[in-house]
Amino acid sequence: MSDIAAPKLVRAPALRRVFDGTPWRRAVILAGFALIWELYARWLDNALLLPTMGATLSALWAAIVSGELPDRTLTSLRVLITGYALGIAVAAALTTLAALSRWGNEALGLLTSMFNPLPAIALLPVALLWFGIGTPSLIFVIVHSVLWPVALACYGGFLAVPPTLRMAGRNLGLSGGRFVVEILVPAAFPQILSGLRIGWAFAWRTLIAAELVFGVSARSGGLGWFIYTSRAQLETASVFAGLLTVILIGLVVEGVIFRTLTRITVQRWGQEQA
Amino acid sequence: MNVAPRSADFIGDAVTAPLLALDHVSISYPTRDGILTAVEDVSFTLSASERLVLLGPSGCGKSTLLRTVGGFLKPSTGEIRLHGRRIDAPGPDRMTVFQEFDQLLPWRTVLGNVRYALERGKSLPRRQAEDVARHWLSRVGLKNFVDAYPHTLSGGMKQRVAIARAFALEPALLLMDEPFAALDALTRRQMQDELLKLCEETGSTALFVTHGIDEAIRVGTRILALTPHPGRLAATFDVPPDTRIRGTARFAELERQIQQSVFADPETEHV
Repeated sequence: MSDIAAPKLVRAPALRRVFDGTPWRRAVILAGFALIWELYARWLDNALLLPTMGATLSALWAAIVSGELPDRTLTSLRVLITGYALGIAVAAALTTLAALSRWGNEALGLLTSMFNPLPAIALLPVALLWFGIGTPSLIFVIVHSVLWPVALACYGGFLAVPPTLRMAGRNLGLSGGRFVVEILVPAAFPQILSGLRIGWAFAWRTLIAAELVFGVSARSGGLGWFIYTSRAQLETASVFAGLLTVILIGLVVEGVIFRTLTRITVQRWGQEQA
Repeated sequence: MNVAPRSADFIGDAVTAPLLALDHVSISYPTRDGILTAVEDVSFTLSASERLVLLGPSGCGKSTLLRTVGGFLKPSTGEIRLHGRRIDAPGPDRMTVFQEFDQLLPWRTVLGNVRYALERGKSLPRRQAEDVARHWLSRVGLKNFVDAYPHTLSGGMKQRVAIARAFALEPALLLMDEPFAALDALTRRQMQDELLKLCEETGSTALFVTHGIDEAIRVGTRILALTPHPGRLAATFDVPPDTRIRGTARFAELERQIQQSVFADPETEHV
């Protein structure tokens, strides 16, 4: 059988590639926002209500240099990552059961429709009763906030796997856990990835909110606690510095971690969702 | 090339029992409006190195029948035996090439798809699986595309990968579910010729489903015509090797015979 020749590709010129990319557009938008903030804050001239961007940045710098902000951030991230990982593990177990049995399927459907609309923060009183004030309570509400959206996305992804692809997998004699891990999970990866994204955002949100409600002890409090105490001390610039940190971490996770994950998986596989 | 030879015991089996036997097979399944019988009382046997074509218009249950032989569906009554053993689950001894292009794993490269199938279906170690995969990919003309991901390939090339994957596992029986139906006419002809060549070179046994009479004559050694609603066997045609050549009088004559016997009913859908 004669070989089919590979197509020849040439690289686009460097300037064209930069111009076609999104980063510079984002930079322009960001600079625009910064300018509006600075101008409005100067015009308002009330540091208690809205500090200027300059004041916020210098408060941010001071908090970083003193070591307080990095410390608080690390505390928050540690709790966040623990809860996130735990939530994903439980979601994985639930969706595997759902994919393999009808009972599991019904159970997951019922549980997600019951708990997905329930805001994690509403569970905080229960968590406080069960686990007391401290990290376990925070982890409990984070697991709740991650578990259901991830499980829902994952299961939706499994359902959308084309029947032909399922049959191609079963044709090789695959079944049970191996079929789920080696066929269903990669096939549903676009949906799973968006579930992980949503789960991350929910977890982050829930954590900061929970930390604001009960800061734990001042010694081991996280970013939410930092924002809360700064407000109590009327250091509005520090409040904004804390918020800026929350936003920056969100941007890094979305722009670096999830973007890279998307690029090396679904984009390469030609499965990127519109 | 370290492609293992076919096991000897299966040749021994073939003497006593046919490779594949369908024994009064009926397939029905529930729908919203009641139970639908897709295939009714079909019996046939298939010997080694035969290429049997199930030919019929859409709705004659030929794909359903193929999927049941594949083990993806269960017959409602009757029995399907491969080497004398009852089929009750899918397995790599019956590799299916589907019509749909999404039968390839999009997250694996062309080479990765075939290699993975060998690792899982034949339990080959990675290195050996890779060698066998490369061998079969170059046999279907895809030597230059081993590192490409499926979504970058044309439909015909995707079907080549699926064919390479099926042949690489050296199944007892190849199942072809209208593998070329979604291709353009030119590519389809070329693929039929190349598939025929591969089958003849390897002495493969195949069950092929199609609704094209010319495709049936081109690739099959025997043709079973089915009538629709429910699917029943209508007629059998042997295809001698000299009839298989397009444009000859014998080819045209057989085509006409099949056309008359299968599609003569004016109410039947013409293909």
